[in-house]
Amino acid sequence: MSVTLSRVEPSIAGVGDYIELMKPRVMSLVVFTALVGLLIAPGHVHPVIGFAALLCITVGAGAAGALNMWYDADIDARMVRTSSRPIPRGRVSPGEAAGFGFTLAVFSVVTLGLLVNVLAAALLAFTIFFYVAIYTVWLKRSTPQNIVIGGAAGALPPVIGWTAASGTLAAEPILLFLIIFFWTPPHFWALSLYRVEDYVRAGIPMLPVVAGEHETRRQILLYTLILAPLGVMPWLLGYAGPAYGVAALTLGAGMMLLALRVRGERSGHVASKRLFGFSILYLFALFAMLLVDRMSGGLLGHLAA
Amino acid sequence: MTVASEFMNDVDKPGAEVQTGIRLTEQQLRARRARSIAIALALGVFVILIFLVTLVRLSSNVQTPHM
Repeated sequence: MSVTLSRVEPSIAGVGDYIELMKPRVMSLVVFTALVGLLIAPGHVHPVIGFAALLCITVGAGAAGALNMWYDADIDARMVRTSSRPIPRGRVSPGEAAGFGFTLAVFSVVTLGLLVNVLAAALLAFTIFFYVAIYTVWLKRSTPQNIVIGGAAGALPPVIGWTAASGTLAAEPILLFLIIFFWTPPHFWALSLYRVEDYVRAGIPMLPVVAGEHETRRQILLYTLILAPLGVMPWLLGYAGPAYGVAALTLGAGMMLLALRVRGERSGHVASKRLFGFSILYLFALFAMLLVDRMSGGLLGHLAA
Repeated sequence: MTVASEFMNDVDKPGAEVQTGIRLTEQQLRARRARSIAIALALGVFVILIFLVTLVRLSSNVQTPHM
């Protein structure tokens, strides 16, 4: 009788590979928006508690990224943009990525619950669940509305930051949620317009693949028409001063102009690339202005008025 | 990826020393060492974090004791 032993190759994954699994660029946006939510929330949060909350949210976001890379390893290997990720490259095995992601997810949620508060921990757990189970496993491969609905996961960090600091929910963090929620489709569809071959190869039903470029350009404009006024709402509702209002109007006008150019573009993807790049600047600048406005206690607003 | 390790099982050879296990390559040893250091650092940060939060919570309870 012959016995075949399966050979398990010892890991060659370095620390950098595990950091890459956590999607550091996505994490930077999560950290920043969560920080803004945390700092603009009412009441005083001790810096140590605030740091603990932010660390847990960051690690939780990284866990979701690792679990996403574990599940999507097959389609990542077929796309140019993602083929150099640690699993397709053979640096990290799928099992290692799943174990890493699951461990970090449990640790981050439990630690946030124990050190900060249970509501924030529950929201973080929901965010990880939504990103992994609802977006990655279900929506991404089944509907062109994948990034619209799935965008809710990316929009939750400022709400988690707010609840970590205040222990409650309010209208203001929900407004921040809506801004990121309506920002996500123009941002990702602008990218998918010039990466459409990648999505076709991977069999992902992104909007340009399913409905065509013309419809995608139209929907980018529609979502931007909702996003630009939403960006100004914190000022109109009295949550921020006029300096923020001026910045939001300017940035919103920039988004609108680029979305109109994308709509009118007949060939090539110059406008799509510009919109994608500007959309990142838009969100960072909008949240940075909100933070500066709040931290300066409306001083900038008085100066601008 | 190169096959970097091998099972050693020489029980068939008479008089041979029985050696069972996986021999790691230099690259695998370096990667394992780097991972071990990273895990140690993460654990250290976690312990310090728990310590600091405990101090903050205890001091706030001392300032405003629950009767």
